[in-house]
Amino acid sequence: MIKKGSQIVCESLLREGCNVVFGIPGGAILPLYQALPEYPELRHILTRHEQGASLAADGYARVTGKPGVAFATSGPGATNLVTGIACAQMDSVPLVIVTGQVNSWTIGSDAFQETDITGITLPITKHNFLVMDASEIASSIKEAFYIANSGRPGPVLVDIPRDVFVQEVEYEEPGELNLPGYSPNVSGHSGQIRKAANLINEAEKPVIVAGHGVIISKAYDELKELAEKAQIPVITTLLGISCFPEDHVLWTGWPGMHGMAYASFAIEEADLIIALGMRFDDRITGNPSKFALNSKKIHIDVDPSEIGKNIRVDVPIVGDVKEVLTRMNTHVGAATHPAWLKKIDVLKEDHPSLDIPETSKLLARQVVRDISDETKGGATIVTGVGQHQMWAAQHYRFKKPCTFLTSGGSGTMGYEVPAAMGAQVADPDSIVWSIAGDGGFQMTLCELATIAENRLPVKFAILNNGFLGMVRQWQEIFFDSSYVSTGYTGNPDFVRLAEAYGIKGIKVTDKTQVKTAIAEAMDHDGPVLVDFIVEQEENVYPMIPSGMTVYDMIEEPISEKVTN
Amino acid sequence: MKSSEKHTITALVEDRAGVLNRISSMFRRRGYNISSLAVGKSESAGLSRMTFVVDGDAKTVEMVVKNLHKLVEVIKVSDISEENAVSRELALIRVKCDVATRSEIMQIVDIFRAKIVDVSQDTLIVEVTGNEDKVNSLVDLLDSFGVFEVMRTGTVAMSRGASFEQDKSMNSPRILENAS
Ligand SMILES: Cc1ncc(C[n+]2csc(CCOP(=O)(O)OP(=O)(O)O)c2C)c(N)n1
Ligand SMILES: [Mg+2]
Repeated sequence: MIKKGSQIVCESLLREGCNVVFGIPGGAILPLYQALPEYPELRHILTRHEQGASLAADGYARVTGKPGVAFATSGPGATNLVTGIACAQMDSVPLVIVTGQVNSWTIGSDAFQETDITGITLPITKHNFLVMDASEIASSIKEAFYIANSGRPGPVLVDIPRDVFVQEVEYEEPGELNLPGYSPNVSGHSGQIRKAANLINEAEKPVIVAGHGVIISKAYDELKELAEKAQIPVITTLLGISCFPEDHVLWTGWPGMHGMAYASFAIEEADLIIALGMRFDDRITGNPSKFALNSKKIHIDVDPSEIGKNIRVDVPIVGDVKEVLTRMNTHVGAATHPAWLKKIDVLKEDHPSLDIPETSKLLARQVVRDISDETKGGATIVTGVGQHQMWAAQHYRFKKPCTFLTSGGSGTMGYEVPAAMGAQVADPDSIVWSIAGDGGFQMTLCELATIAENRLPVKFAILNNGFLGMVRQWQEIFFDSSYVSTGYTGNPDFVRLAEAYGIKGIKVTDKTQVKTAIAEAMDHDGPVLVDFIVEQEENVYPMIPSGMTVYDMIEEPISEKVTN
Repeated sequence: MKSSEKHTITALVEDRAGVLNRISSMFRRRGYNISSLAVGKSESAGLSRMTFVVDGDAKTVEMVVKNLHKLVEVIKVSDISEENAVSRELALIRVKCDVATRSEIMQIVDIFRAKIVDVSQDTLIVEVTGNEDKVNSLVDLLDSFGVFEVMRTGTVAMSRGASFEQDKSMNSPRILENAS
């Protein structure tokens, strides 16, 4: 059957199970948009900025486990996507991005709105394609989906010139994948798996450090089985948060720069680290040459290039976490480790990292704790980047898997609005709270229009400290409180801003109003923005300065704890 | 092993627009140093073979191999530096010469089993094939006569005997050992 390139794109997307696209049209991609009415099953959500489209696709992908899809036109449309693509690449999030390109015969001539987007995204995509003939669209999109969501997931960009969208070709279903250089190894080496199990059976002070890979491979049950069977404390990474229920006795927090002190010390004191789908990021290791020198390390990851990259490991296993754990668990014997678990309890008592000081002030941490209580730990939490992100990660008690969405690797401020939108589209019945910074929120707040238009009931909690708070904290600690360019004195009235978009707004200035405001937001059948005017100079503790070790940790000063 | 040395890596890659760009972008982004790179068609249609000479310690080279493997268009990668391998480079060297020095240069060229491929009034072009060290020594020797220009292809290499490049399966025990 003869079809246009644009129709082939739509049919290919549908065949891959895609039914939601985020994007904005423009000249080069217009023929694709004009085909959309023929495909009502393909829902298009018109964002207000392409960064909103790529970050919404990211939020959508993290919740569904399917690739998030975004469209943008050539030139500035495509470059606006870049921040979201880089974010997805760093956090292993599957995206398939379709960009329009200038007509094929003008490529290279600096034509109007021409940008070499495959060149620009080369280092921030898992792979990309420039499709120069409509007969290659179907196979390229099939390959794009496969690459995006197999092995270690990541973003794949497909750039299509305008004339290729209108080109008519004999349309055939794509055949077998032809990717001779791409065959991710998911099964894991049996000998290595046995070796790992032996180390676990011999260990006296083991800890599990569970990363994003556990969530990506949905290895929740296998993780729990391992932890419970051998009584191993479970620490997660920032992106691993929610992969293990935080009301479980073996849950031991998350480590690193702003993680719980006891988690960092547990890693330091352990004799065996079982690292699952994580990458020993510098936010966790600090100085890698002084990191966890007392332990052997088992590292299970689907990406071989992560193994041995930052930290020397004793037993590397390349494979999918779920598959490897399923097989490894059968070789792991039951154990109890009473002395070690007791030691962990002592660490928790000695370093009560999550106590919130008694005060009449409105602390940001308290807001997070109250949202956690009001939602019983069952909401999907989406954050921006900064202090509020760390407090959300520390003080929300996650009980459901895959409910914490944050830009960990890239640290993308502005993630809090579009990713929350994408998460709500992915699961319309879930309760989505965006815990936002007053800074980051303003980077992407134009998406409030998209949220209102699509009646997405996202609840926003702006932890409004009138500062680029995390940077201000660094200035306070490392630059003698010289607050250069971090005060946000020109913030808008966020309540009136929300109302301008037809969104309910609530302002909270006093500690006593927090719980009722949260309840009111939850009762409201639609999006709500709550502007929490919090303490301006609250700091995130504990803190391990960049490149240092757990022994350089700064815990919350007593003087701050007792101020009223 | 911390010492920095030269390692030879070969890769079989799809012969498509942008592949070289992808590979060089990866080297640049990750800060790996390529001291020479040679590309050409392979025995299979649509596939090219590349030889990289990389400066770095064992860990760096291991990461280079892994990151090459990770590229979708790279089909096979082998680190052949520790193997029994043949490596060759071709160089063209333009040397200053006059009646007084010509025969001495010709003797040196003979010893190196090199060839003179062009002669003009006061220069010669010498063609030499050999491993990198051999080419370096010839260039050094000729330098005393005045070398105007050196053009080198970069090293190409192949392991001796019947051993083939290992495939992409990263669970081969050797790679796993390298990782630890
Ligand atoms: C796009 C982007 N620009 C700059 C930064 C650097 N940065 C990290 S945290 C931060 C402050 C964030 O302020 P806000 O959103 O108000 O959150 P807070 O720390 O106050 O909770 C900045 C500027 C970043 N991470 N992302
Ligand atoms: Mg702020």
